[in-house]
Amino acid sequence: MTIVNLILHVAVLLLLPPLLLGVITKTKAWFGGRVGAPLLQPYYDLAKLLRRGMVLSTTTTWVFRAGPIITLATVLLAGLLIPIGGFNAPIAFTGDLILFAYLFGLARFFTTSAALDTGSAFEGMGSAREVTFACLSEPALFFALMVLAKVSGSLTLTTMLQGPTNAFSADVAAPLVLISIGLFIVLLAETCRIPVDDPNTHLELTMIHEAMVLDHSGPLLSVILYAASVKLLVLGTVLLHVIAPFEFGKVWLDWPLYLVEILGLAAIIGIVESVMARLQMRHVPYLLTGALLFCGFGFILLIR
Amino acid sequence: MFLDLTILAIVLAAASGLPGLFLARSSVRGERIAAWLMAGGALTGLVCAAVTVLGGGQPTAFFPWPAAGNAVVGLDALSAFFLVPVFLVGGLGPLYGLGYWPQRLHTSNGRKLRLFWGLLVAGMALLVISRHAMAFLLGWEIMALSAFFLVATEDHREESRRASWVYLVATHVGTLTLFGLFALWRHTTGSYALEPVGQDTLSLGTLHLLFFLALLGFGLKAGVMPLHFWLPGAHASAPCHVSAMLSGVVLKMGIYGLVRWLSLLPSPPAAWGSIILALGAVSGLLGVVFAIGQHDLKRLLAYHSVENIGIILLGLGVAMLGRSSGHPEWVALGLAGGLLHVWNHSFFKSLLFFCAGAVVHGAHTRQIDRMGGMAKAMPWTAACFLVGAVAICGLPPLNGFVSEWFVYLGLLKTALSGGTAAMVGVPVLAMVGALAVACFVKVYGTVFLGEPRTRAAGHAREAPLSMRLPMLALGACCALIGLAPVLVGPVLDATTACWLADAGAETVRLGHIAPLGVISVLAFSLTACVAGVMVFLGRPALASRAGPTWDCGYARPTGRMQYTASSFAQTIVLFFNRVLQPHGRRPRVVGLFPPPAHLHSHVDDAVLDRVLLPAGHRIEGWFNWFHRFQRGLTQHYVFYILLTLLALLCTLFPFKAHLAQWFAR
Repeated sequence: MTIVNLILHVAVLLLLPPLLLGVITKTKAWFGGRVGAPLLQPYYDLAKLLRRGMVLSTTTTWVFRAGPIITLATVLLAGLLIPIGGFNAPIAFTGDLILFAYLFGLARFFTTSAALDTGSAFEGMGSAREVTFACLSEPALFFALMVLAKVSGSLTLTTMLQGPTNAFSADVAAPLVLISIGLFIVLLAETCRIPVDDPNTHLELTMIHEAMVLDHSGPLLSVILYAASVKLLVLGTVLLHVIAPFEFGKVWLDWPLYLVEILGLAAIIGIVESVMARLQMRHVPYLLTGALLFCGFGFILLIR
Repeated sequence: MFLDLTILAIVLAAASGLPGLFLARSSVRGERIAAWLMAGGALTGLVCAAVTVLGGGQPTAFFPWPAAGNAVVGLDALSAFFLVPVFLVGGLGPLYGLGYWPQRLHTSNGRKLRLFWGLLVAGMALLVISRHAMAFLLGWEIMALSAFFLVATEDHREESRRASWVYLVATHVGTLTLFGLFALWRHTTGSYALEPVGQDTLSLGTLHLLFFLALLGFGLKAGVMPLHFWLPGAHASAPCHVSAMLSGVVLKMGIYGLVRWLSLLPSPPAAWGSIILALGAVSGLLGVVFAIGQHDLKRLLAYHSVENIGIILLGLGVAMLGRSSGHPEWVALGLAGGLLHVWNHSFFKSLLFFCAGAVVHGAHTRQIDRMGGMAKAMPWTAACFLVGAVAICGLPPLNGFVSEWFVYLGLLKTALSGGTAAMVGVPVLAMVGALAVACFVKVYGTVFLGEPRTRAAGHAREAPLSMRLPMLALGACCALIGLAPVLVGPVLDATTACWLADAGAETVRLGHIAPLGVISVLAFSLTACVAGVMVFLGRPALASRAGPTWDCGYARPTGRMQYTASSFAQTIVLFFNRVLQPHGRRPRVVGLFPPPAHLHSHVDDAVLDRVLLPAGHRIEGWFNWFHRFQRGLTQHYVFYILLTLLALLCTLFPFKAHLAQWFAR
């Protein structure tokens, strides 16, 4: 059974992410009164980009090519550290939560360095914003992880994330609600969604993530888009453990339940993107400070 | 035997600069001899340290010292642990100096630099192995004074002279505190020996006094946040390999002093751990925030030392909390994290300063905003700097992650079982990590990536082999500890024993509480995967068209239109406006064709520029009246001497007898 779960875990991690982007786009189209692109359009896009050639700027060095690859490798490894649904993570050890958070740091280091490698001012702006906003979202993430560690009494992500399911009591309800709000904001910021960043914007001056990848093309761009969707899946799965701590205890029911939940989360993100406008760039730190405060208060409430 | 060999290594190091003094200024033999002697001493010392750490402590030895009983030296795991960075960086420095500070270009100060380099290494090694307060102070002063002469290597420059004076004042305030500390120790325990004392030898008041004196004296050397003021200037104006030594190793002597000293004091109160944790959090956060505000590459690296000392202190704080509350697990994790970070920081910070030396050499400036695109001209230096940058941010798969991971684990375990002080540590450390990433992306991106911003940066050349070898060696150390942390497990187990003795429990093995093997496997497979894909992508079949960077259709982009380091950091600097208080000159742009203008911004040091110097000027103002007596005229001073002599003569006058005679009449 563990082997089956392992295979399913890897399959979901590798195959599902682009579908989430499809669901988000479809939801936004539905809100806008359009038919929208097919649900599987992100897969077609990735396949098309993989067949295309690359244009490499003469300014760039090997860092430019390494950026997307390191990003993809780190988010996939992070995906192996978290449990999906009620099933244990393939890799679990004491203190893996720190590796989980720092893998995103490694990805950020190389994404932003690859952006600076082009020497373009737009990409400089994008990477400056990315690293700046991370300074607030990272402590928020750690506060949330500390709440989960305290609830479950463990420092292993598998046990910690299943804490809300297994060790739920009335005392931990309020902290969990607070950190789920904080984690949702962190999710939106880290995956560059409205209200922090607009993935569909067309003005380089106002972009974060899209500004950093202006010069990537062909297979490298497809790796970047794919890695971004995997990141959405990974962080979304973490959030699901907090906001939807249900399981049936049966393998053939729990996997479909997870699929419904994660696609539902994608739809929620689509709704948020449809009903909100993007914040002004100088207001984003306030939103993230809010997330930090939510998670911090959650922790204080728990240890009072 | 290994203790004798260590003393031989110290003698070799101390003597390394001497032969050069007897050779002609133009002769290049002196620097070669110094490098060989230093390399020999360093290898001997490293072998001794390795044998001691892995094979157990060496018996102590005595040297007769008429003034203060017998001077004792000994080599235990803790001493050996700190000998490793001393001899590693100490041995690599002269090799680096062959290319960076060659005698034929620096005839006036090259010999001085090598002499004091050798003495610095010898002084540090001596203080690390001494078990006697006087021998410790001897080593401490040799270290402090030779560091002063090294900072003042270029004493024809005003900046160097000023920085070295500030350093000298700071270090002597520290030494004065240590005098007080050891005098009190001698007074209460009755001996100069640095041996653990019994439970009831010291009263609580004395314990507190000893702790705070040690914190002040050693904290000044380590550069803990309010006491760091001497550090940025000294690190920035010294030659780069001296900065590497100061930042990588000399600061760690403060940490060594603290660790050794706290191991002597029995049953520490819980407040000490909280104080160390708070100092660590402040140093970590403010160190990196001030680093982000800097425009000078070496000042920026210097502030990062403050940050890393903060991380080390967070580890020590957890360990102290564990000692006072009887949790050997916290002690093992916290102390292992702190001590491993001592090694790691000395490796990657020396590496970064070595790389900075090569860059500054090539670009002829220390201003980050005047560099750019140097990775093309200096690929080796760029790759080494990247290794150092990833390591100092604490990112996997390099060594910085391993030590920060221990500190995190210690903090989390403490926080979960009710250690309130440790709760602040985790988010602070997370924020420090994110800010460090921001800072080093800024540095690496602006210095090495993109296009050159000035002509000098465009004409930079790769550093010679003698400079690249030390960088590669240190980079290899970073990668080795990062990829195979299992190797350092036994070393840390042996070293943390010095604090675990009184935690009152069976031996805690680091490998049992922190799965080092998994980290090794994951780090290795991540690196292998990325390397494999990179090789695959590097195939010519996949390489495709080359073109210019997308610039929104602008026709004539120049290197100066790139995003600068100052702009990159601006949002964070504004966010910490209250602490950093950036100031500068902002030109007003008027009209359709404004004239050329300059923008200038600067972040002052919080303590030196905002507290100490104004306070100094204020005190100077109070004593203005003294100028009336102090005019610089020789005649006045002769007059003062006459007055003094007269006053002294008056004491000879038999007033008493006279008065008695007077009243008797």
